[in-house]
Amino acid sequence: MPDSNQANVSKRNLWSGILFGLGLVAFIDETVFHQLLNWHHFYDQSTTKIGLVSDGIFHAFSWIATVGGLFMVADLRRRAAWWPKRWIGGALLGIGLFNLYDGLIQHKVMKLHQIRYGVDLLPYDLVWNISAAIIALIGIAIILNTNKSIKS
Amino acid sequence: MHALHHLEPILQLILAIPFVFLIVIYKAAVMMSNRRYSRWPWYRTACWTIGNLFCLLAVAGPLAEAAHQDFRIHMIGHLLLGMAGPLLMVLSKPVSLLLRSIPIRNARRITAVLRKKFFHALMNPLLPALLNIGGLWVLYKTDLFVLMHHSMWLYAIIHAHIFLAGYFFTASIIYIDKTPYGYSFVYRAIILILALAGHQILAKSLYAYPPDGVPITQAEAGSMIMYYGGDAVDLVIIIIFCYQWYKAAKPRKHHQTNTLEAK
Repeated sequence: MPDSNQANVSKRNLWSGILFGLGLVAFIDETVFHQLLNWHHFYDQSTTKIGLVSDGIFHAFSWIATVGGLFMVADLRRRAAWWPKRWIGGALLGIGLFNLYDGLIQHKVMKLHQIRYGVDLLPYDLVWNISAAIIALIGIAIILNTNKSIKS
Repeated sequence: MHALHHLEPILQLILAIPFVFLIVIYKAAVMMSNRRYSRWPWYRTACWTIGNLFCLLAVAGPLAEAAHQDFRIHMIGHLLLGMAGPLLMVLSKPVSLLLRSIPIRNARRITAVLRKKFFHALMNPLLPALLNIGGLWVLYKTDLFVLMHHSMWLYAIIHAHIFLAGYFFTASIIYIDKTPYGYSFVYRAIILILALAGHQILAKSLYAYPPDGVPITQAEAGSMIMYYGGDAVDLVIIIIFCYQWYKAAKPRKHHQTNTLEAK
């Protein structure tokens, strides 16, 4: 059950979670897949111009979303209104949506870069996008569940 | 037209003198201010000095000379002169210090000038963002980059522009100094995202399409320096920006009322 503080700012709890999830997964993508594994490439010969634009906007947005999402948590806690369950639901939704966008639109349509080079891509693409969809669905389930407890 | 094979010493001097002058003036202003008011924090003086030294490094001396030949060094200089230097200088609150260090009547005159439309326009982050990021697009995506290495005056004007655009952009996003006209956090956040995005799109496109006369390996490394270096400096701006929001959004009343009603 949320207390009234949490219910009053249920939207801010949700958005803070979504923003943080988006930012976190973009950060993981950059550190793990670009820098540590070296699977993703900074630039791919087949990258479209719209791919560069999309990369720039998402990169900039996710940088601010990570920091902003965390400062929103600090603000919610200051108001004794942080609602971790709803927040985590939002974060999972953000993680799933970003990875779906990255995996389907940026990798496949805009050809920004592929998940890995020199391998059969199909299993990688399937694991990437199916896991992203599952994470997003779990996030949605948690959010719907918290929606119910606001109404009751 | 002859390419400048090395940076003329006179050119280095012209660009260096203003920064040396600014360091000295600031120190003098701190001494004047300390006579009448509480001590000016030492870390602001440190920020100012280091910020100006960053800019000096970019316009004069060995780094500036190497930047003339090597696109990677050019990018490091660009980050120092257009981003890191201006950020440190904004953090050192120069306008507030100036107003404290001079007689009140003169301070009022300066405040009146700062309220003029010209400065009003510069504090709307849209204009400095366009000058800053738009300027970079023009520099790297037209012949200007090649022309800059042929003309002393173009070189001087472009470097002055990079510094000034960087300073006013930073000052219009994070409010450290006296700011007569404030814009909302949401508006500034949108401009900040668009400006950073424009910077990163340009950075990556330099990897894809190197400017004329830049060897491909240098263009690739320079592009990555611009991309990740820009990220690093902007992260500091973003954290300060969000912290300022956090302070401004402080709840006025205690929000723990009517807990029982809603249940």
